[in-house]
Amino acid sequence: MAKIEISGIYKIFGPNPKRHLQAIKKGLSKDELLADSGHTLGLQDVNLSIEEGELFVIMGLSGSGKSTLIRHINRLIDPTSGSIRIDGENVLNLRQDELIQLRRHKMSMVFQRFALFPHKTVLDNVAYGLTVQGIDKKNARVIATDWLEQVGLQGFGDQHPHELSGGMQQRVGLARALATNPDILLMDEAFSALDPLIRKEMQDLLMKLQQQLHKTIVFITHDLDEALRLGNRIAILKDGALVQQGDPQDILLSPQTDYVADFVKDVNRGKVLKARHVLAKPVSTLSTGTTVAKARDWMMRHGFDYATVLEGNYLKGIVTLNNLQSATQETLRESVSPVTSVLESADLESLMPRMIRDTAPIAVTTDTGEFVGWVSRTKVIRLISPAQAIDREASLTEPVE
Amino acid sequence: MAFPEILDARSLRQGIDGFVNQLVIDYADSLERLSQPLLTFLVSVEQLLRNSPWYLVIAALAAIAWFGSRRWPLVVGVTLLMLFIGVIGQWDRGMQTLALMIVALIMCLIVGIPVGVLMSLSERFRKIALPILDVMQTMPSFVYLIPVVMLFGLGKVPALIATIVYAVPPLIRLTDLGIRLVDHSVMEAATAFGATRRQKLLGVQLPLALPNIMAGINQTTMMALSMVVVASMIGARGLGQEVLAGINRLEVGRGLLAGLAIVALAILFDRVTQAYGKRLQYPKQGDK
Ligand SMILES: Nc1ncnc2c1ncn2[C@@H]1O[C@H](COP(=O)(O)OP(=O)(O)OP(=O)(O)O)[C@@H](O)[C@H]1O
Ligand SMILES: [Mg+2]
Repeated sequence: MAKIEISGIYKIFGPNPKRHLQAIKKGLSKDELLADSGHTLGLQDVNLSIEEGELFVIMGLSGSGKSTLIRHINRLIDPTSGSIRIDGENVLNLRQDELIQLRRHKMSMVFQRFALFPHKTVLDNVAYGLTVQGIDKKNARVIATDWLEQVGLQGFGDQHPHELSGGMQQRVGLARALATNPDILLMDEAFSALDPLIRKEMQDLLMKLQQQLHKTIVFITHDLDEALRLGNRIAILKDGALVQQGDPQDILLSPQTDYVADFVKDVNRGKVLKARHVLAKPVSTLSTGTTVAKARDWMMRHGFDYATVLEGNYLKGIVTLNNLQSATQETLRESVSPVTSVLESADLESLMPRMIRDTAPIAVTTDTGEFVGWVSRTKVIRLISPAQAIDREASLTEPVE
Repeated sequence: MAFPEILDARSLRQGIDGFVNQLVIDYADSLERLSQPLLTFLVSVEQLLRNSPWYLVIAALAAIAWFGSRRWPLVVGVTLLMLFIGVIGQWDRGMQTLALMIVALIMCLIVGIPVGVLMSLSERFRKIALPILDVMQTMPSFVYLIPVVMLFGLGKVPALIATIVYAVPPLIRLTDLGIRLVDHSVMEAATAFGATRRQKLLGVQLPLALPNIMAGINQTTMMALSMVVVASMIGARGLGQEVLAGINRLEVGRGLLAGLAIVALAILFDRVTQAYGKRLQYPKQGDK
C-alpha cells in the first residue's frame, strides 16, 4: 500500500467549481475555462502514488499547480473531485477534529517563505507543533532544543526569527516540521528563496537527516538540479496536469514531451548525475574464499575475462582469467588485484579524468564502503551526451567491462 | 415654495414621542438595574483616584508609562504633564475625567475586541457591521446624546455610555484589520500544524494583531477624551463640565485652564499607548 495515494484529483478555483467539472473532464483547456467562466483550473486528473520512505519531487513552472497539489495532501485545499488516501484512509472523509489530529501527528510542512511565527522565539517556533498537540511548554522545549541542534542551530533558541539569515530561518522551519516526528514531510519550494550556496547546504542537511529518519517527503521545486539531486522519483506538472513521472534518469534521458525536454535541456549532466546513475551490477560475484579452480571453470563457462571478488559486502578487487590460469594458490585471495573505487554520490564530472586517464574499471561503493557495482562506461557516454531516447533494456543487462 | 404636506409631521412627532415614552415606562427600571454595576464601577474608580494622594497617582501613571515604553523620557513627560494639571488647579476634576476615561476605555476593550474578532472571522457579520460603524463614525457626537438621554435620563451612566458608543468604532475596525492583516502564510503554517481555530486566534492572530489593536486603543482613547466636553452636557463631571461652564458664563480663564488639562491628558494617553504599540511591532520576516 502506498503511503500517499492521490487519485483523479481535479481542482477548479472560483465561485462555482462543480458546475465546470464536466466541461473540464470533456477536455476544456485551462485558458478556455478562464475565458468562458472566470474560473481557474488548478489541477486536472492528477494521479500519484508515493511510497513510504521515498523522497518524491514535484516539478513544474510557476502557476503549474505545485502548491495547489501539495496542499491537497494535508487538506489546506479541498479538491473539486477525486480522493486522497494516506495509509489507505481517504482524508476527505475525515471530520474536522480527525483532520486536526492528522495534521498534528502524521504530517508537517515546510514553506517557501519560511512562515515562521515572528512573535515567538526560535525555540518556541520549533516547539509550536508540540504545544499545539497539548504537550506542556517545558517538555516541548526540551524536544525542540534537540531538533534545533540537529539542524545546526544550537544556541539560537532565544532569538527571534527576524534576527536570523534566510538559510537559518529555513533551518528553523525544518526543525519545526521535524519536531512532531511526522511520517510525512511536505516541502513547498522549501529552498527556493535561498541563494545557491545556502541552498546546497540545506539540500545536504535534508539528505543527511533523511538517511537517519526515512520520512516520506514530498518536495516541490522548480529547479531541475535540485530535483535530480534529491529525488528518488520526480513528477512533472504542467497547467495542473501530470505530464511525466519517473526516476531522475527517466526524466533526464527520455523526456516524453517538449515541455519536459525544455526543462532538462540546460542541465549540467556531469554535475547532476552521480555514480549511482551509471551503475552496472555484476551478474554474479566471487568471494575471496572461492577456490581458484572453481572460479576458473565458472568464468570460462560464462565467458568472462574479469570477475568481481567480495569479502562479505566489501569489495576486494578483481581477478582476471589470465591471472587465474597461472595461479598456484588454493583460493582466490592472493590473485586479486586491487581496483580504485568511488562513492555512489560522486558526480560524473569528477569521474571523467580518471576514466580518460586509464581504462581500469572503477568500483562504486556506499558511504560505508559496501560494494554496489561498477561504473559503466557506455552509460556514462550515453548520459553525458545530449538527450535522445536510449534503449534502456540493453543497458540494464550490460556485462562488466 | 412650500413642500406639499404628505405626512402629518405633528402626528408623526407625537407617535415617536409616544413610542419612546412607552419604551421608557416599560424598560427604564430594567435599564437602570442593568446599568447599576457600571455606575458602581465608575464611582469606585473615581473614589479611588480622588481619595488617593496625588503623588501616588502620579507614581502609578509613571510606572504604567515605564512598563509600556521602557523609555525614561516618556516617564518624565508623564510626570510633568500630571504635575501641570495639579499646578493649574485642575487635579480633582482631572481625576473625575480620568476615571471616566479609564472606565470607558475598559468597556471599549470588553466590547470592541470581541466584536472586531467576530468581524474578522465572519464575512457576513462584517458586511452588517461595517455600514453601522460608518454611520457611527460620521454622526456628530451630539447625536449620540439623544437616544442615550431618552433611555437613561441625565447622569454619569448615560454620559459614560455615550462616550463608549462614540469611541469604540476605531478599536473594532483596527482589531478586525489587524487580524486580517496577519500574514496568510503564517496562518497557513498554524493550520498545517493542526492548530484549532481557538489556538490560531489566541496564539497567532491576536498577538500579531496587537500593534494594530494598540493603534485602535490609541484612537479610541482620543475619541473618548474628545467626548468629555460633550458628555458633560448630560451629566459627566470633571474637566468637561468646567469647559462647558466657561463657555456658558463667558469665563474664558475657567474654560481655558480646564481645556489645557484635557489637552495634557490627551497627550499623555496618546504618547503612552503609541509607545506601547511601537514596542509590540515585530519586524516582518524576510526584511532584515
Ligand atoms: N486561491 C486561489 N484562487 C484562484 N486561483 C488560484 C488560487 N490558488 C492558486 N490559483 C491558481 O491555480 C494555478 C496554480 O497555482 P499554484 O500556486 O499551485 O502554482 P505553483 O505551481 O505553486 O506556482 P509557483 O511556482 O508560482 O508557486 C495558478 O493559475 C493560480 O493562479
Ligand atoms: Mg507555489
